[in-house]
Amino acid sequence: MEGNLKQTPLYKHYKDDKIKLMNFGGWALPVQFTSILDEHHAVRNEAGLFDTSHMGEIFVKGEQAVEWLNGLMTNNTTKVKVNQAQYNAVCNENGGTLDDLIIFKLAEDEFLITPNASNTEKIYQWLIEHQENGITVENRSDEYGLLALQGPLSEEIISKVTDADLTALKSYHFIPNTTVAGQEGVLLARTGYTGEDGFELYTKWDHIPHLWEALLEAGEGKVTRCGLGARDTLRLEAGLALYGHELSEEITPLEGGIGFAVKTKKAQPFIGQDALRKQREEGLKRVSRGFELVGKGIAREGASVVNESGETIGTVTSGTKSPTLGKSIGLVLIDTDFKEIDTPIWIQVRNRTIEAKLVQKPFYKK
Amino acid sequence: MAANKEAFLYTKEHEWIEVKGETVVRIGITDYAVDQLGDIVFVDLPETDSEFIAEEEFATVESVKSTSEIYAPVSGSIQSVNSRLEDEPEVLNESPFEDGWLVEIESPEPFSQEGLLSYEEYQNYLSELED
Repeated sequence: MEGNLKQTPLYKHYKDDKIKLMNFGGWALPVQFTSILDEHHAVRNEAGLFDTSHMGEIFVKGEQAVEWLNGLMTNNTTKVKVNQAQYNAVCNENGGTLDDLIIFKLAEDEFLITPNASNTEKIYQWLIEHQENGITVENRSDEYGLLALQGPLSEEIISKVTDADLTALKSYHFIPNTTVAGQEGVLLARTGYTGEDGFELYTKWDHIPHLWEALLEAGEGKVTRCGLGARDTLRLEAGLALYGHELSEEITPLEGGIGFAVKTKKAQPFIGQDALRKQREEGLKRVSRGFELVGKGIAREGASVVNESGETIGTVTSGTKSPTLGKSIGLVLIDTDFKEIDTPIWIQVRNRTIEAKLVQKPFYKK
Repeated sequence: MAANKEAFLYTKEHEWIEVKGETVVRIGITDYAVDQLGDIVFVDLPETDSEFIAEEEFATVESVKSTSEIYAPVSGSIQSVNSRLEDEPEVLNESPFEDGWLVEIESPEPFSQEGLLSYEEYQNYLSELED
């Protein structure tokens, strides 16, 4: 199986260490190194290191780059300053979500866009399709790897291996070109996907293994290697949407719970604006909500949600047992009539129906 | 007291069966199954006295990453369940052959080994899976 899968720069490290790998969107990546629970707790209490080199890196350049992107992104790209990052959705004409991604403003005329791994090619093609004179679009995903160091000790640990001023670096800001552990040319961003403070380090593909080792070493036992399993439980506790679950081409960003990144009133038109504006004006028919099980069990993606009379009112989009809270939690795409917090709902898990209730997101806040 | 795993019987679904009496067996899942599942966070066991036929789903074991259905290796009624797993599902990770047993089933007929694997056969089966 692994023969057909794409490999991150740490593939050899995984094989040498006999780490079990799985197929994640065509990439060979570990679900866990030792235990999802241990890795999860490490990020909440100390620090965890993730290999997210499968993520895409697309560079956009041109005098009109800000305006051009503003016509493709749901957020207002004119508000982003150089060395600042912004969360965005890219939609089709119907408002369906093509991807959710982060844009990094490298210069007045240049951006780095980081789509989800499984959507990188789609987004690249989308950008090319809409390319205008004076805009260059380069997919350099094969040249750049990405590591994420997440958790309360992250700043302290990275400080040991860089002279960059991290205390001055605010959330969703980045240092475009710094040296970390002797490795030049690292883009160091205060971003992440865990609900904790943390950093993401974009660097040349070949530099990733050295950086990985250096960060583990700098942690002196306080940096735990983390796989995709913990990444998922951490983001879910933080109430963060995951493409292919909360968001898809059939689900708009408003429905999927990332309406905060959709500026339907922005002056410049963008693809999907009309559909999204209409959806907002007429009122959403379904929304993403957090739930907590009252009964025992775990409700996973795809489980049907019913009301008191047994009528289907939604579907679970993500679900797990929260390692931090010790409760079964998840996200549901639910009919708006039932969206109020504390509404009792019932979830069909195999041959059982488990009682649950809607709760406020995020489930966990640092 | 360590479990005598060599005397247990096994299924290809990675369950173990310990014969406790002429008509009573204790059932659990093997270390291989537990290893595949990862951190176990919830075990859903049947009610005492409920009846199952062989190959019917009688329990589910949930880890952080996935759900695994457990099928009854023999027909019969549930004589007792390991209620400790309700509050301490992690015991199944730590001790799959002993403290992490799931249920005891009482069969209407004397227990038959037909269709089940011996310890040695199960080990051979596992090494085939590894290849």
